[in-house]
Amino acid sequence: MMNEMSYLFFLAVLGTTLLSCILYVVFFVSQNAKVRVVARGVLLLSGVLQTLYIGSRYLIAGYTPITSQHEAVVFFAWAATWAYLSFRWRYTVKNFGTFVAMLIMLLLLAASFASRDILPLKPVLQSWWLPVHAGVSLFAYAFFSLAFCGGLMYLLQERELKRKKFGYFFSRLPSLDALDQLNSHCLAAGFAFLTLGIVTGSLWTRQAWGTYWQWHPKEIWSMITWFVYLLQIHQRFTAGWRGKRAAVMAIAGFAIVIFTLWGVMYPLGGVQSYGQ
Amino acid sequence: MGSDSFILLGVNHKTTPVEIREKIALSGGYEEPLQRLKTISGCRECFLLSTCNRVELLVVGEPGPAMEEQLIRFLFGETAVADDCRGYIYIYSGIDAVSHLFTVAASLDSLIVGEAQILGQIKEAYRYASSLHCTGPLLNRLLHKTFSVAKRIRTETGIGSSAVSISSAAVELARKIFGDLRDKRVLLVGAGEMAELAAQHLVGQGALSVTVANRTLSRAVDLAKRFDGHAVSFEELVPQLEHADIIISSTGAPNIILEKDQVKPVMRTRRNKPLFFIDIAVPRDLDPGLNDLENVYLYDIDDLSQVVEMNRSERDREAKKAERIVEEETIKFQRWQEGMALTPTILELRGKADEICRQELEKTLGRMANLTAGERQSFEKMAAAITAKILHDPLQYLKDDSCGGRDNTQIKVETVRNVFGLNKNERQ
Repeated sequence: MMNEMSYLFFLAVLGTTLLSCILYVVFFVSQNAKVRVVARGVLLLSGVLQTLYIGSRYLIAGYTPITSQHEAVVFFAWAATWAYLSFRWRYTVKNFGTFVAMLIMLLLLAASFASRDILPLKPVLQSWWLPVHAGVSLFAYAFFSLAFCGGLMYLLQERELKRKKFGYFFSRLPSLDALDQLNSHCLAAGFAFLTLGIVTGSLWTRQAWGTYWQWHPKEIWSMITWFVYLLQIHQRFTAGWRGKRAAVMAIAGFAIVIFTLWGVMYPLGGVQSYGQ
Repeated sequence: MGSDSFILLGVNHKTTPVEIREKIALSGGYEEPLQRLKTISGCRECFLLSTCNRVELLVVGEPGPAMEEQLIRFLFGETAVADDCRGYIYIYSGIDAVSHLFTVAASLDSLIVGEAQILGQIKEAYRYASSLHCTGPLLNRLLHKTFSVAKRIRTETGIGSSAVSISSAAVELARKIFGDLRDKRVLLVGAGEMAELAAQHLVGQGALSVTVANRTLSRAVDLAKRFDGHAVSFEELVPQLEHADIIISSTGAPNIILEKDQVKPVMRTRRNKPLFFIDIAVPRDLDPGLNDLENVYLYDIDDLSQVVEMNRSERDREAKKAERIVEEETIKFQRWQEGMALTPTILELRGKADEICRQELEKTLGRMANLTAGERQSFEKMAAAITAKILHDPLQYLKDDSCGGRDNTQIKVETVRNVFGLNKNERQ
């Protein structure tokens, strides 16, 4: 019964996100403000449904559902949705929603292909560090994914401005400055979360195995990600790395994040691979 | 001599890239080129218009390859091969030239359709041409008509109100780069009218300050005062780049005044804050290579046209209306010009005299009821003889073409028409 309801929630999440995605694309093409209001409403609904879905899995599994690939990616999408919606609260970046909605849709699609089975969690991993560490880390990824969308938009817009060929995107994309600020905010927020994630991760490792650092590939790649973003932040605030360079770095950083998830974490067996 | 007609030859932003235009732009003022144009053989009247988007030569003379060749030589220099240049120019003669001039004056042919500057530029060019006695009755008439057509289009269509000028195009681009213009500083290099206009626009959008750099400091001080900004000397240009965000350059300098290598180190001290260069000068002031620098955006006058192009459809409707007015006025002008020819003037003059004669006879004979048919005829003959004798000398004056070798028909026709009030009907 609970399982079926949970599954229904997941389908509803996919449906609403897809609808929101389509509406955002329609808005992008037509630039009709009414469509955007509806699209945002539907995305908010999708965010609520995602929350309900994660809640239902928590009830079924009995622990915070961020352990399997499916769960982690759904949580990733959920974090991105709420990070975007909270961002939206503070200031508007023209047509940002279209790009973010598509990214969320892609994440949810990726999640829908992964196994939705609930695996029993090793007793050694059952700790309240798990939701704290995974949640904080995935929020970091969510902000980096927003920076990635902003970076893409920046490159598109910069290209039009440099080449002086004003095509489809010119009027539809926000100003370079807005995108650059977006990059700076997302980077700062994401980096703070990532640092917390790494600290909590090593505390959790210490609690489970008595050592802060195990040279697990996931750990190594997380440190690489951290250093890449550290470099970006450092260069932005000291040498004034901004604009195109910052956008390219945001995209490269996100590529490493994705690689850490799908190139390192899951092929090794995800969270279950720890301590082997 | 009856085949005299308008010949218009020109280059504009549509036919000719800025690289070519900047070579032929007359940066030395109108006097010298007009004097030179006047000496072209077969050229009776001439007029010259040079703006940053176009150079137009308008002469009255006999159309044909010989005249075209001379005009091309005038425009591109003695060494130019006429056939190479033909790709860049357009040539109109007769009524097409009239229509083109109306179109230009109405700002339908402008880079920014509907902008108001062009009319002022034509008026200024005309002032020079007439003060140097380059224009005659045909061109005087044509240019005055041009001014009134442009005015009519401005009042009867919405073309001016929806006009997006170079300055608004610049503002639009600045907004795409900077988002908010409220804390941005503008640097004007050169104190041209167009740059001033653009700066005004940017200040209207909230730009923080305006600094003016000019070769003559007094002009810079005057302009800076208007914006509550300050003036700097030309030598301070590069250090000023550290503080400015938007640079509008419009000097009359014959070559590049700011090179890529001068700007590159500035970007480091600016910590890569974007710089937006707008080069509205022809010939260009700024090194085209600037655009290759990261976070530097350079737009010259041709590039701005593409921004303008995007807003085009809104204006197309008004432009259609304006084109109809141009067409209508061209036809009217053609009627007038036909009237200016010799034969119709003679006919009109005779017609007018006969008409007066007939009316007066009717009045007088109507009161003298008891006249015989023979007596009536004598009266009529007398009246006809008086008109014929009065008209004899004016007609002789019109028909006489041995007038010191120079053909003055148009002037004579204009004189006779004015003396006898033949232009009255169509002036009202």
